[in-house]
Amino acid sequence: MKHLLVLAPALALLAEPALANRVFVTNEKGNDVTVLDSETLEVLGNYPVGNRPRGITISPDGSELYVCASDDNLVRVFDPNTMEEMHTLPSGPDPELFVLHPSGNPLYIANEDDNLVTVVDVKTKQVLAEIPVGVEPEGMGVSPDGKIVINTSETTNMAHFIDTDTFEIVANVLVDSRPRFAEYNHDGTKLYVSAEIGGTVSVIDPATQEIIKKITFEVPGVLPEAIQPVGVRVTNDGKKVFVALGPSNRVAVIDGETDEVKDYLLVGQRVWQMAFTPDEKYLFTTNGNSNDVSVIDVAAEEVVKSVPVGQQPWGVVVAPN
Amino acid sequence: MFKGIIGLLAGAAALAGPVMAQQPQPEMQQIRAAVLRVDEERLPPISRLDLPVEDLGFAGARLAIEDNDTTGRFMGQDFEALEVTATPETAAAELDKILAEGIQFVVVLADDATTLALADQTGDRAMLLNARARADSLRGVDCRFNTIHVAPSHAMLTDALAQFLMWKNWPDWLLVHGSHPEDQVLAEAWRRSAAKFGATIVEERIFEDTGGARSTDSGHVQVQAQMPVFTQRAPDYDVLIAADESDIFAPYLPYLTWDPRPVAGSAGLVPRSWHPAMEAWGGIQYQNRFERLANRPIREEDYQAWLALRIVGEAATRTQSADPAVLREFILSDQFDVAGFKGQKLTVRDWDHQVRQPILLTTGVLTTSVSPQDQYLHQTSALDTLGIDRPETECSF
Repeated sequence: MKHLLVLAPALALLAEPALANRVFVTNEKGNDVTVLDSETLEVLGNYPVGNRPRGITISPDGSELYVCASDDNLVRVFDPNTMEEMHTLPSGPDPELFVLHPSGNPLYIANEDDNLVTVVDVKTKQVLAEIPVGVEPEGMGVSPDGKIVINTSETTNMAHFIDTDTFEIVANVLVDSRPRFAEYNHDGTKLYVSAEIGGTVSVIDPATQEIIKKITFEVPGVLPEAIQPVGVRVTNDGKKVFVALGPSNRVAVIDGETDEVKDYLLVGQRVWQMAFTPDEKYLFTTNGNSNDVSVIDVAAEEVVKSVPVGQQPWGVVVAPN
Repeated sequence: MFKGIIGLLAGAAALAGPVMAQQPQPEMQQIRAAVLRVDEERLPPISRLDLPVEDLGFAGARLAIEDNDTTGRFMGQDFEALEVTATPETAAAELDKILAEGIQFVVVLADDATTLALADQTGDRAMLLNARARADSLRGVDCRFNTIHVAPSHAMLTDALAQFLMWKNWPDWLLVHGSHPEDQVLAEAWRRSAAKFGATIVEERIFEDTGGARSTDSGHVQVQAQMPVFTQRAPDYDVLIAADESDIFAPYLPYLTWDPRPVAGSAGLVPRSWHPAMEAWGGIQYQNRFERLANRPIREEDYQAWLALRIVGEAATRTQSADPAVLREFILSDQFDVAGFKGQKLTVRDWDHQVRQPILLTTGVLTTSVSPQDQYLHQTSALDTLGIDRPETECSF
């Protein structure tokens, strides 16, 4: 009987078109993850994942799904196929966002309440280091070569450059108020850091750690205070940058070469985090106040659908396979 | 053999000590401030939930210093805030001691009159950051160039609630105010807000402070009899506005009005700078940090003292300077802004040095709304729909 149950999901997966990926959305207030199909855009199910799930990511081989269970003070690891919990990882208190090393190990976790970045080996489940950073660490980014991890601290207003060999901070760049997210472009020549209250995205040259440009936003008919940049995603070719603008309910589309804003896409309410499908056909956005996910057609730069998920969607990741 | 060499080297290092000390070392910049809290003699509050706490204001200041120091580690800056308590009689002497130490940022938690007196005493020797006094006169006829008002003014608080009541379509108000001078000042702010937003005060009543009726022993029995009688035969009204800065009667009013009407102002729906149940805009992390430090829920004085010292810290970070003159100039420039867990940047009005900020409209357990309300537009900042705007200011520095 047990064997049959295990077989059934496997068969279901095989039966789907090759392009379909599963999309995982954390629901901060619902304490669960909603799983979507990236092609049919149907909800496949909701699965409990612990208390106040926020940051979510998946291993490069798609075998392990990591969820920051902020109020449980740990990272829960799930089998993405069954959504069964496999084990947990120590995370330090109040884990909010994290980033995996491009090799899949280790995991770098921002501990929002404790001014720390915790480094955890996902295989041995050991804490490798605790790195003191600024007040309210949140955003985590990693350079494509895996040599530098970026942490942003929301009250200190800095992007901290952390050497992944020594676990030492090698540079600090002061950005605008409440930096929320850090994202490298694919060749590592630019680092984008969003500032929620400052209302800007700083474009940093990682080689010199200088701010080379500050992207500002202006949406007709929207109060400037409502424009609060949070999540940032860059296409693999570096040509398009998407910035989630929080309570302005817009996602900005930016030319990745000139770093000029091209367009604003209307999405759901309080848009925070985003994730591409592996083929970059779609970009999914979490809309915390309207409890849905907007689906953006990346080539057309258009919102094609919104899908209701759970309560207060926060983070999103798409399976690589 | 090796050990001997190491011993010798250590000795040499010790000898070299004084010489090394002369070499330039990465020195931490020191930024010093003080928090001066002036406690008046007064009756205990109506509700024991509001009983005074020893570390009122200071706990918020400590959190700000922790926050500033964490950032300071990366900037080579170290922050400190002396904590000083005084009575209205000893406040001047305590301020002199602070100024004699060369401290040039003083957070003041005092009543209106004491705050003004301390500002005049300070002159140009320091910048005061008012973290408690709400009188509009301190931002108007009695404004002082050396004072930044971190606490919201009466006018900001009453405008914030007025906008909400107008959005709610409750434009007819019964204004009940206390008999003390500070209650009169607050009542005047309500009259101004009513005129500004088109509300009508259908009648005013004064609740005389005659001494009794506090809820000890059988007090609540009397209160239950008094309040309905006090509020009967009012003209038709939508909401009762209580102006009770002295904490004499307002908390007794909800559910005891003659007519079934909501209460707002000093009780019921209360406008505040901060509330311990605030969750939005990173508020949860802020509350967690405060509660872990102080072992109690945060109060407005703590938030205001925290914000005052964060203003100093933010200026030091941005200017990468510890020179008080540089920091003061930057805080008063249009370059300055600071984040305060209210969803937008907070800035300083150049016409009266009031910190612009959203106001929370709170019940006992929750934030019901945050003003300014979306419907109220402004040519420069929606936050300037709250309080005294540039064209109407009576302040001239």
